[in-house]
Amino acid sequence: MINWIASLPNFTAYGTPIYFVYLLLAILPLSIGLYFGKRFAWYEALVSFIFIFLMFDGASWQQLISLIVYVIYQTIIVMGYHHYRQSNNSSLIFYLTCAVSILPIVIVKLSPAMVGHNSLLGFLGISYLTFRAVGTVIETRDGMVKQISPWSFIRFMVFMPTITSGPIDRYRRFEKDYQAVPERTAYLKLVNTGIYYLFLGFLYKFIIAYFFGQRFYPYFEKAAMADPSPLSWNLLGVMYMYGMYLFFDFAGYSLFAVAISYFMGVKTPMNFKQPFKSKNIKEFWNRWHISLSFWFRDYIFMRFVFMATKKRWFKNRNVLSSVAYMLNMMLMGFWHGITWYYILYGFLQGLGLVVNDWWLRYKRKHLKGMPHNTFTKWVAIFVTFNFVMFTFLIFSGFLDTYFFGNTH
Amino acid sequence: MKEDIINILADATGRDASDFADSSEDLFADGLLDSMATVSVLLALQDQFSIQVPVSEFDRSQWNTVDKMVERVKELQND
Repeated sequence: MINWIASLPNFTAYGTPIYFVYLLLAILPLSIGLYFGKRFAWYEALVSFIFIFLMFDGASWQQLISLIVYVIYQTIIVMGYHHYRQSNNSSLIFYLTCAVSILPIVIVKLSPAMVGHNSLLGFLGISYLTFRAVGTVIETRDGMVKQISPWSFIRFMVFMPTITSGPIDRYRRFEKDYQAVPERTAYLKLVNTGIYYLFLGFLYKFIIAYFFGQRFYPYFEKAAMADPSPLSWNLLGVMYMYGMYLFFDFAGYSLFAVAISYFMGVKTPMNFKQPFKSKNIKEFWNRWHISLSFWFRDYIFMRFVFMATKKRWFKNRNVLSSVAYMLNMMLMGFWHGITWYYILYGFLQGLGLVVNDWWLRYKRKHLKGMPHNTFTKWVAIFVTFNFVMFTFLIFSGFLDTYFFGNTH
Repeated sequence: MKEDIINILADATGRDASDFADSSEDLFADGLLDSMATVSVLLALQDQFSIQVPVSEFDRSQWNTVDKMVERVKELQND
């Protein structure tokens, strides 16, 4: 059985143009069903199973087993906690449940640094599934998730268009979409938008990201590595090329995931909203990897501030907001992985938010007469863009190779 | 109740009550409310109106104007 699975061809999600032909053909019956006001749940489960199988078969068959075990594990936790929550509500049990739910990802993220190789528990997309599971536990505690069945939870967890890299949906939102078949005109509008996103995604991922990532980036990388000085124009080139590649690659991927979700009648949230137009770092996080940053905002930042305010942990509001920003972004850094450059990335993003808040307060208090015009707006966009690009250079890990000779 | 809510908003954001005069204005889109201020608003609503508003109940699209806040608070009071 294993040998057979290992010998099958593997299809990375949205990896090649032909993948889209297969995928669209497979979901066409679903679209026809939705057009006539029907959701073919069994057919959808079958198609989802096949495409998820194809993402993890072949050489990555071990990940398929990890995925199955992981989903069963999280389903038991969520259903168990939901059952418990019907009659009890102890904070200790809630925190323990969250800890058990994040345990696999903690092991997966710690393994490379602690034991030197990747954990067998890991699979592509484990982080995204963890966010969905923990979010569901938190909303269950708040009494917001009232009804949940193992089947509906699994369907939410492994929703095929978004399984490996998001966007991160929320259980209640997803389930509401899933239970209601959209009106015909509303569905046609979704399909229309979906087609637009699909082609925008092609442009982003297969054309623009290709040029930045496969053409320009290697040129600057080579030139930078050949130059022994610690700072060079080529390093700046690496920074911009990587940053642009990162955006167009990830935004393109997210557009695919959203488009396919739309075709399947589910309004998966958008992940990017023209992030480089941001006038400050706070605005940037409302436009960049939105489903992740909002997850952190709602489940970490706001809950921490809520508790700290209620229990009066801090006398000064500004100190509290700074601590909350740092906590939020450092956690995000650690989530990316336990390496100095991810952690530094999180630290700098946190610091950026703290400084940004301080500047906004200072401006409101002392610079009432400061001009506010097109020029200052462009300065703000320029500063934000370059700060973000700099943090992406750190995030890329290139500096680890450049300064310390470590290969990735 | 509307006035109370406007006062809560003004307190939480450090702005004048007159900034919230337009009760159909989107508070999040215009940057009047950020996450920090939102939490202060939530806590103040809980104290003043003795209602329970868990953070995850706070779906921004349902709480984004003064009018909607009044409506939601009334709903929660009746629950």
